[in-house]
Amino acid sequence: MQPFSRPQMAARAAQDIPEGWVVNLGIGMPTAIADHVPLDREVIFQSENGVIGMGPAPNANEANPWLINAGKAMVTLRPGGSYVHHSDSFAMIRGGHIDLCVLGGFEVAANGDLANWATSENDTAPAVGGAMDLGAGAKRLWVIMDHTTKDGRPKLVDQCGYPLTALGTVNRVYTNLGVFDVVKGTGFIVVDLAPGVTLEYAQSQSASKLHTL
Amino acid sequence: MINKIVQSMAEAMEGIKDGSTVLIGGFGSVGQPDALIEGLIEQGAKDLTCVANNAGTGHVGLARLMELGRVRKIICSFPRSAGSVVFEELYKAGKIELEIVPQGTMAERMRAAGAGIPAFFTATGAGTLLARGKEAREFDGREYIMERSLPADVALIEAWEADRWGNLIYKDSGRNFNPVMAMAATLTIAQVQHIGELGTLDPEKIVTPGVYVNRVLQVDRGAPWV
Repeated sequence: MQPFSRPQMAARAAQDIPEGWVVNLGIGMPTAIADHVPLDREVIFQSENGVIGMGPAPNANEANPWLINAGKAMVTLRPGGSYVHHSDSFAMIRGGHIDLCVLGGFEVAANGDLANWATSENDTAPAVGGAMDLGAGAKRLWVIMDHTTKDGRPKLVDQCGYPLTALGTVNRVYTNLGVFDVVKGTGFIVVDLAPGVTLEYAQSQSASKLHTL
Repeated sequence: MINKIVQSMAEAMEGIKDGSTVLIGGFGSVGQPDALIEGLIEQGAKDLTCVANNAGTGHVGLARLMELGRVRKIICSFPRSAGSVVFEELYKAGKIELEIVPQGTMAERMRAAGAGIPAFFTATGAGTLLARGKEAREFDGREYIMERSLPADVALIEAWEADRWGNLIYKDSGRNFNPVMAMAATLTIAQVQHIGELGTLDPEKIVTPGVYVNRVLQVDRGAPWV
């Protein structure tokens, strides 16, 4: 059995992003997806802080500290790129102009709910950032995360236990074990499994039924 | 003659009262009005409500203002970030009030304040913990929650270039919260790297018209730290 490594998970998600989409990638694992989208496939990466048409990290000789992404790392701007302020950037997000958002997750439920911002109602100081705006506003919401927690608890569940970020909007989940669509009324549907991962094994690592077509 | 350019930090900070709501621009260090925050620390106003995307890092700027016990409440989207040590300590000790706001809702609440809109409905946060205590309403089969506008007494912002009318041009991702904060405050103070003669700023490039700006202070800030 060869579960996907993190770069493989990112590459697998990148495969499914077609030319022409406007895409917002969350901080952390989702950000790495951009590295696997070839530059000649024109995908417009949008960053919450008002960068439209982000390119890869700069070479040392073209580093520009005024140009950063939502994770506060230096980036570049592609030809055709533009800048907007925060309110316009989030109008784009909340107004349904983003084709795809990919976020990390603590839990995804069979009904498409996502929990990814707080680990309890009494979290000392949860940080929500733009996750609720993206979760509610993007046309499609994908989640990229490990299939289970470090201590082996399933993250694909019937109902989220953690506080919700967005309700019923997750369409697809990429994990180290495979790719799963989330379909209203059905739940998780297996799209792809990592090499050597059986349906039985993936099911044993999930707390919700995995359906096959 | 209209001239919003002030010559000293003391002049820039004049009249900021205890109990004020203060908006602080910037995302990361880009577009962050470092010098004005230092000026506010020096000026002495206390019992402040501060609105910023993060809750300060290290022991400088906003973090320093909080450490000195001058901030009663912070409104932000992402309080917990690398180096937010001062906030975490104060929050644990119950010495600072926190209001978490989704980033887009925060920007829109300020835009609304600047545009004379007292409240609006958004799908962001509907059905979550952050919807508690807020009016929920269904439009076209989807649930939305009501968010109030976020007007402020003071905005501290940073821009790349200004003229004496207070027109502002930003650099790269330096716009971020600055233009909406300029709209939402009664007193908007801009820290700028450069000042141009009136008429030299390209009207097509001015993002914040001087209408929203009250005072401009030129500061050689140099590059943001990343």
